[in-house]
Amino acid sequence: MRVWRAPSSETAQHARGLALLIIVIFAVMSLLVPEKFLRPYNFISITYVAPELGLLSLAMMVTMMSGGIDLSVIGAANLASILAGLFFHCVGGAHGAELAGLAWPWVAAGLGIALATGLAAGALNGLLIAGLGITPILATIGTAQILTGLALVLTGGPAIVGFPDRWDAIGNGAVAGLAAPLLVFLAYAALIALLLARTTFGVGLALIGTNRKAATYAGLAVRRIVFLSYVLSGALASSAGIILSGRTNAAKSDYGVSYLLQSVLIAVLGGTDPAGGRGSVIGITLALFALMLLASGMQLLRLSNFLVDAVWGAFLLASIALNLWRSRRAGRT
Amino acid sequence: MKALFRRSEAVVALVLLLAMIGIGALNPAFFSLSNLFSLARSNVVNGIMALGVLTVMISGGIDVSFPAFAIAAMYLTIRLMLAVQWSGVIGPFLLATAIGLALGLLNAALVHGLRMIPLIVTLGTGALVRGALLGLVGTSQINIDRMPPELIRFGSTELVAVRDASGAHIGLSAMILIYLALALLVHLFLGRTLLGRGVYAYGDDREAARRAGFSPPWIVFTVYGLAGALAGFAGLLHASMIWLANPRDFIGLELDVIAAVVLGGASIFGGRGSVPGTMLGVFLLVMISNSLILMHIPTTWQRVVVGLIVIAATAITSWRDRRRLARGLA
Repeated sequence: MRVWRAPSSETAQHARGLALLIIVIFAVMSLLVPEKFLRPYNFISITYVAPELGLLSLAMMVTMMSGGIDLSVIGAANLASILAGLFFHCVGGAHGAELAGLAWPWVAAGLGIALATGLAAGALNGLLIAGLGITPILATIGTAQILTGLALVLTGGPAIVGFPDRWDAIGNGAVAGLAAPLLVFLAYAALIALLLARTTFGVGLALIGTNRKAATYAGLAVRRIVFLSYVLSGALASSAGIILSGRTNAAKSDYGVSYLLQSVLIAVLGGTDPAGGRGSVIGITLALFALMLLASGMQLLRLSNFLVDAVWGAFLLASIALNLWRSRRAGRT
Repeated sequence: MKALFRRSEAVVALVLLLAMIGIGALNPAFFSLSNLFSLARSNVVNGIMALGVLTVMISGGIDVSFPAFAIAAMYLTIRLMLAVQWSGVIGPFLLATAIGLALGLLNAALVHGLRMIPLIVTLGTGALVRGALLGLVGTSQINIDRMPPELIRFGSTELVAVRDASGAHIGLSAMILIYLALALLVHLFLGRTLLGRGVYAYGDDREAARRAGFSPPWIVFTVYGLAGALAGFAGLLHASMIWLANPRDFIGLELDVIAAVVLGGASIFGGRGSVPGTMLGVFLLVMISNSLILMHIPTTWQRVVVGLIVIAATAITSWRDRRRLARGLA
């Protein structure tokens, strides 16, 4: 473990650890299922599947930085895509050529509906947490129920199948050889990295998570910053919903429920401190890549989905233990 | 009178009473004996789990892994009973409780040892246990024809049984006695024992509790161990009461139970909460969920209603806490 020595900064050190993890997973999977794992198709498919989870993990990170959490991301993502889907079925019919060939202004309107849903859900969370002072865990458990419940009420349970082709292109298409979802993720990642490093919002968010009282006395608009972090989380969640529904051409009230655990896992593995104060976009991106490699490897090994969930749980606990061990070691030297 | 209403139990009781009158006015079938008996019965499993979650929340923690533990304890116990032709009631319940206890102690070890936020730890252990159970032990449901008959006989014990006008059998499940007994025990533990008072002290102010001589590891291991043990017990009780063991049961139950505990006046910041309040919260939530049909509201609305109740209850709690802070009473 000497590789981690000579740290330039905590983030860089953490990134090196994650890079090592990626290499280990890559090597193990290449040995276990060489002919399947090393096919280019495997890596291309990761660039389509990973971004929606990546967006949810960024949402988790942004809210964890102030010491909060957003447990309503899945609900917001599903409600956003369901509302857009219902809108499309309204203007284009429930199925057939008209729905598939819906013109771009309609698709843009659908995007607007989905994003507005996410922003509204985020604003509601922000209002409850920053405005009314409700604990983030309980507030977002409550809104998660409301959002998922509304999705269930609107659909009655079954999936909404059939989205316009232009919408599906967001989830399936490619631009300049790169998967469209990957580009969305990279755009958000760059935006958030910039926000965290260069704006009062980003720097303030980390300070609030480290010491809320100090942040208040330093004159930061604590409530406004926390509120905005949940709005951003809502925007990320609805974008994940757009990609997920575009990729699968369907939307349902209980899609992606296992993403909640995975996004928390990626946030924590990526070096975010759930108690607040620390988080990096590079860390999230590397952790996402590591876990997606592991997931595809486990899938190729024909591990049952249940065992994959068990592995995520174990991984979450292991990464907490590792973080503790590392911070203790850092404290000793 | 004013002092009475400052107690959240009184407020929840009042809301409960008003809700009962309201639902009864909308549909008189609410007050039928069979509906009231079935309501009482529906409280048992959620209520027993809520007692554990309450204790964890008073200590300032949270547990979202208990439904997975309940399922694991229930399914492992029944599978073992079938595999080795083991019969009986007390033995299996002890085993299920022990499995839950062991898993709860694992939570405690991680929360205490890793100094990690309980939500993250219990998300991890819950996923680990449920995934391992379904992936390694199996996903098949054990139906009534294969369920151990002693458990079914035990689970269908009735306290009183009457016949209604049409001659149909209406019984009050004796399982509510178990719930009431456990509630009394947890109430006495929290109120009358040194360790129980320590749970409140620890949840209120960790450092102060430590300096007052309470041992933090003891408290952490007690609360998570208790939550696990109660969940394991409730899991097997659930299977005995519905006459089947489904390893995919209880998904999302943590939300209902946490909602009930919060509704009963417990604060996630710790130091506050009571057994009577929690029991009222469980009753209110179970009653509203069960009465949607009586009120002619589609059951798809259930989650929305539960979510609104959580938000309302937490908003009131946080408003109350801040008002107390402002008055310098906190």
